[in-house]
Order: sequence, then C-alpha cells, then structure tokens
Amino acid sequence: MLVKFFFELRKGGVPVTITEFLTLLAALRAGVAWASAQDFYYLARTTLVKDERHYDRFDRVFAEIFNGAQKLFEEIVANVPDEWLRALAARTLTEEEKQKVEALGGWEKLLETLRQRLEEQKERHQGGNKWIGTQGTSAFGANGYNPEGIRIGQAGSRNRRAVKVWDRREYRNFDDTVELGTRNMKLALRKLRKFAREGAQDQLDLDGTINATARNAGLLDLKLVAERRNAVKVLLFLDVGGSMDDHIRVCEELFSAARTEFKHLEYFYFHNFLYESVWKDNRRRFAAVTPVMQILRTYGHDYRVIFVGDATMSPYEITQPGGSVEHWNKEAGSVWMGRMTAAYPRLVWLNPADADRWEYTASVRITRELVDERMYPVTIQGLDGAIGALRRPLGRGRTGSQWGGELIPGHEPSPSPR
Amino acid sequence: MTERFAGTDRYIATDDLMMAVNAAVTLGRPLLIKGEPGTGKTQLAQEIARSLGKPMFEWHVKSTSKAQQGLYEYDAVSRLRDSQLGDARVHDIANYILKGSLWEAFDSEVQPVLLIDEIDKADIEFPNDLLRELDRMEFYVYETRRLVKARNRPIIVITSNNEKELPDAFLRRCFFHYIRFPDEATMARIVEVHYPGLKKELLAEALGSFFQVRETPGLKKKPSTSELLDWIKLLVAEDIDPAVLRSQDPKKTLPILHGALLKNEQDVHLFEQLVFLNRRVR
Repeated sequence: MLVKFFFELRKGGVPVTITEFLTLLAALRAGVAWASAQDFYYLARTTLVKDERHYDRFDRVFAEIFNGAQKLFEEIVANVPDEWLRALAARTLTEEEKQKVEALGGWEKLLETLRQRLEEQKERHQGGNKWIGTQGTSAFGANGYNPEGIRIGQAGSRNRRAVKVWDRREYRNFDDTVELGTRNMKLALRKLRKFAREGAQDQLDLDGTINATARNAGLLDLKLVAERRNAVKVLLFLDVGGSMDDHIRVCEELFSAARTEFKHLEYFYFHNFLYESVWKDNRRRFAAVTPVMQILRTYGHDYRVIFVGDATMSPYEITQPGGSVEHWNKEAGSVWMGRMTAAYPRLVWLNPADADRWEYTASVRITRELVDERMYPVTIQGLDGAIGALRRPLGRGRTGSQWGGELIPGHEPSPSPR
Repeated sequence: MTERFAGTDRYIATDDLMMAVNAAVTLGRPLLIKGEPGTGKTQLAQEIARSLGKPMFEWHVKSTSKAQQGLYEYDAVSRLRDSQLGDARVHDIANYILKGSLWEAFDSEVQPVLLIDEIDKADIEFPNDLLRELDRMEFYVYETRRLVKARNRPIIVITSNNEKELPDAFLRRCFFHYIRFPDEATMARIVEVHYPGLKKELLAEALGSFFQVRETPGLKKKPSTSELLDWIKLLVAEDIDPAVLRSQDPKKTLPILHGALLKNEQDVHLFEQLVFLNRRVR
C-alpha cells in the first residue's frame, strides 16, 4: 500500500527517494503519527516533500491514493462504538508482531494479519458487519493498519473537518512550472552571475598570506588579490507591440529583474522579429534606431544574448525579404538572426507563450531552428534551462583573457523532477 | 516519546507544524523551515527550546559564512603573533582552536536545540559541507586529530528564505516544513497571544483591513505577521477607535498608520493610485 503510494508520488513528479521513504516508515514505527489520517498526511509531507513547489503535486497524489481510505475511515467512525475500536487498536497487533512483520519485509503481510483479526472480530460483533465488509473488499483496507487506522476510536472528533487539507490544494502557486514573479526571476538570473577577479590587487588574501608566511619561516609576507566582481555582460532584446501585448507585463518584470543583476546590460527593442535595426526608446522608435550591424561591431562575442518574444507571426516575416509588417526589409529576418547566432555563441530565446502551443505555430518552429533549439518558456524551469545554455563556456580560441575567471562554484540547473 | 511540542503561550503552531517538529525531534533529524519573511521561522527554534526546557545554540549564517566556522576555527593569526612574541602557548595547537556553535551544541550535557538561521544566505556549497556533520552528528578536528561526537543528538532547526536552492543530498537528510501564511482564524489566535485582551472589534477590523491590504495585487512586499503585530501595537498605542477603522473603506483611503504595513514607496504609491482610481469611479 505505502509502496504503491511511494511509486505514485514518483510518477506524480515528486522527487522522493528510498531513504526518505524509509524515514517515513521509521517515523510511523516510532509512533510519531499514530494519530489521524490528517496527521499521517502531515507526517508524510514533512518527510517526503522537501520543497514547497512540490506540495501541490503531493496533495494531488495523496488525494488520489487515500480518498477511498478516508471515506472508509469516516464510515468506521460513524458505525462503530468507540470502546470497541479502542480495544481493537490496542489488541490488534502487538509490538513483536509489528517487528516480526517488518522483518518479513512486507506491509502487505501486515495487512493480511490485520484483515484476519478483523474477520475474527466480525464473528463476535454484529455491529461490525458493514465496516469489515468494506475493509475486506476495498483495496484501501491497507489503511486500516497504518497508524491512522489504529487511532480510529480516539480520533473521531479530529476528523470532522469538512474539507481535507490535501484536497484544498493550497500550494498550487508554488509549482515551478507556472510563470514567475520578479523575485523568482531575479533568483533564476542570479545563477548567471559570474565572478572574476578584476582590477587592482587591493584586498588582503588571508589564506595566501598565512601560507606564504609559513613558508617564509614565520616572517610576515603579505599577499594581495583583486576584488571579485560580477563579470557577466548581457544584451537583451525585447519584442514590443502586436501579439506580445499580452505578455508585456512578464517582459517588463524580466527586464526589471535583469537590470539589477548584471554589471553590463544593454537592452534593445524590436517588433516581431529581428531585422536590420532595433531601438532603445519606444517613443522614438523610428527616429532613433540602432543598426544591428553596429551592435555586432560594438559588443564582443563574450556578451550573452537574450531574446524575449513570443515569435508568433506569419512565417514570411522571418523567411522572406520584405516580410516585415512595418517596413521594407532588404534582407530576411532569418539572415539577421543567422548573423546574430554566429556572432554570439551564447544566445537564447525566451518565449513567454505557453510551451504547449509552440508546436502549432510555424513561426515558432522556424525561430527555434534558427536559435538551435535554444528557446525556453518563461518559467523557473525554463529560465534554469536558458541560464544553463548561457553559462556554457565558449570554445577554445575564442577565450579572451578579459572575461576569464571562475563561475560561482558548481551550481548546475536542478534536475528535472522525475 | 516523552515530550511533544504543541506551541507555547507565545507561539501558535498549526497542526502540521507541530507534526513536523515532533517527527524531527523523535527521529533526531534536522528540520528545515521555509516560509514568507515574518512568519516566525527563527522564533520557532527559540520556542521549541523554551517549551521543552532545553538549552539553545544559535548559528546565524551570513553570505561570508563557511561551514567550517560552525564546527571550529583555527586562529592561525593569533598563533603566528604568539610565536613572534615567544609565548609558551604556541606549542599547543589546541589553544588556537575556537569552537563553533555546532561544536558547542555537540558538547552540551543535555539535549540542546541548535538553530542554523538563514542557511540560504551562505555560499551554495555550504549545506553540502555539513552533510556528514548533520547525519552522524560528529566531525573530525584535523589540527588536534580528535573526533568530536555529539553527546546528545541536538534538535536542529534550519531556516531558509529560499534565496538559493538547497542541494538534494542535504534535503534528503532533513524534514521539511513550509510555514504557510496564517489564515484569519489562526491570525486572530496569534494576535491574541501577543496582545491578550485586545478589544474584539478592533481586532476584527484590523485583521479585515490587513488581509485586504495583503490581497492587493501587485504589492512588492506583502505585509506579514510581524508587520501586523507592529501595526496593532501602534493602533493600541494611539488608542485608535475600531469605528475609525471600520469607517475607512480601504479601497478609498490608505489604511491608518500604513507605514507599519507598507514598507516601500512603490507600494504606498500603488495604494494611492488605487485609492485615486476608486474615488473617481464612485
């Protein structure tokens, strides 16, 4: 029964490990939750779930597995006299029996025993008919043993709650596949920060000094190092207008989050797709444009490039010269995008539109191909993926000294939940 | 199980929180607590220590903290100075080993409570460096070649503000609890604990306005429990009449003494705009 629960949790996307599962069993045996179904729920949650983002998934699986058990449980309380149950709880299984069954390695076995006991009880008590009937046939009879079952008699009052906690699904918002707020975004983008020692050597290197002093037979030998500074440079391209209007808020949040995270950040706007020019000020978008050629010349290839756009348009706007909806472009958008990806090896496209719908839009597919599949949704997971792509070190030969330096010690993007 | 934590006269614990604490205490595992700022994460450890009558050790983690500092530090600089001055102490390295909070907790005669506060502030490797220490409750002092073992497995409470994700290996060893923002009933009990005998009407009105403020979309920093408590303190100190609170439609005016609730100018500004809009509509 609980083994099934364990596997259902894993299937449901809660990353539970065997160690944690064993801890839960240990806690049950230690009698931490010989309380109600609700206590069991709390105990299971505190031992198995280690991130509030997974609370919702846990709730769903729990509801699915234990719903029947809960109903059964209520029936029991309704139909069986209290003293009877209390006595049963005390008598059902002795400590040695529990240990013996544990040793045999099977909760299933344990359930068998319990079921037998209940069968015996039936012979002697008329009142028990309905309960045992249910228990015998239901797959959830298992729950009869685990501690909530034993507590049945005493716990009656605790269980009156109309809505079960796990059915309320209060933790829906923490699931990380949903979109995110500025703060979360900042946290995600922070992973992109890279520190390098730059500038004058003006900080005392304590470890180095001690080391050097020791080598110097105890005579002080001061060592200095340069300060660590954030060394990530970013070019941000934001799509404005048209189909992006729905996503403008998300974009702005991304923008405001990005601003505080990097030392060098340049941002530009474009409409629908990248052509020969972009602009920095939406009010003067036709007056003060920046040619993309100039960008390619100005910013070194060590810049990381982030495009934000839904890439939803007519495919011709990407593939054909003159495809732009606003002006006559001599060269197709795909050509300009090609130049971009060639100049900046670390480039990603963030797409605020729902990732499920990407496949159905031709222009999104084309754009994905153009950026070598480096298109990510604007969710924490998506951002993690994008940051991972942006952090990839450049190939040899391109490595310039001005941006050498170590990354923040090894934080890899978290593995996917399964 | 001998003792159970069930909240205290100063701290209201929900059922699920009690369960998490008791499970962690029974099995001797660290308990990781997350939650919005101001929901009493740090206070929890103090209250556990108080209610179970145990000594308390605190380790406040900063961005520069190293895991090693919680165990012990080797004060090499003092030793260097002493050696230059010809101090006799220099010959025994143990003189320069400074105990950290974890060591102190391990040394305690009775089972202590150890709070590791804001573990997410430290470097990303910090939790990984504590795996063995938290699991086996022992560590090795290389300088003196001595194994330090916990006399009594301490009750460890770790708090995190979610600024960094914690490594899986670390999480696996902990029990986890997320302190949800309290609902109105729980909040009323919390306020009652802090300000016993508060006028019923004032409490009801204050809570009403408070939750309305919290639910305003787009707030940068939502007010939390501690802010509510401050606010109520102010209301009591200023002797505000509940009728004044009631007469104020929070949609039309800023809540009275809003400085205690709204902590940055953007939020105040947002509120003013909403108020302005609502006035024009009516």
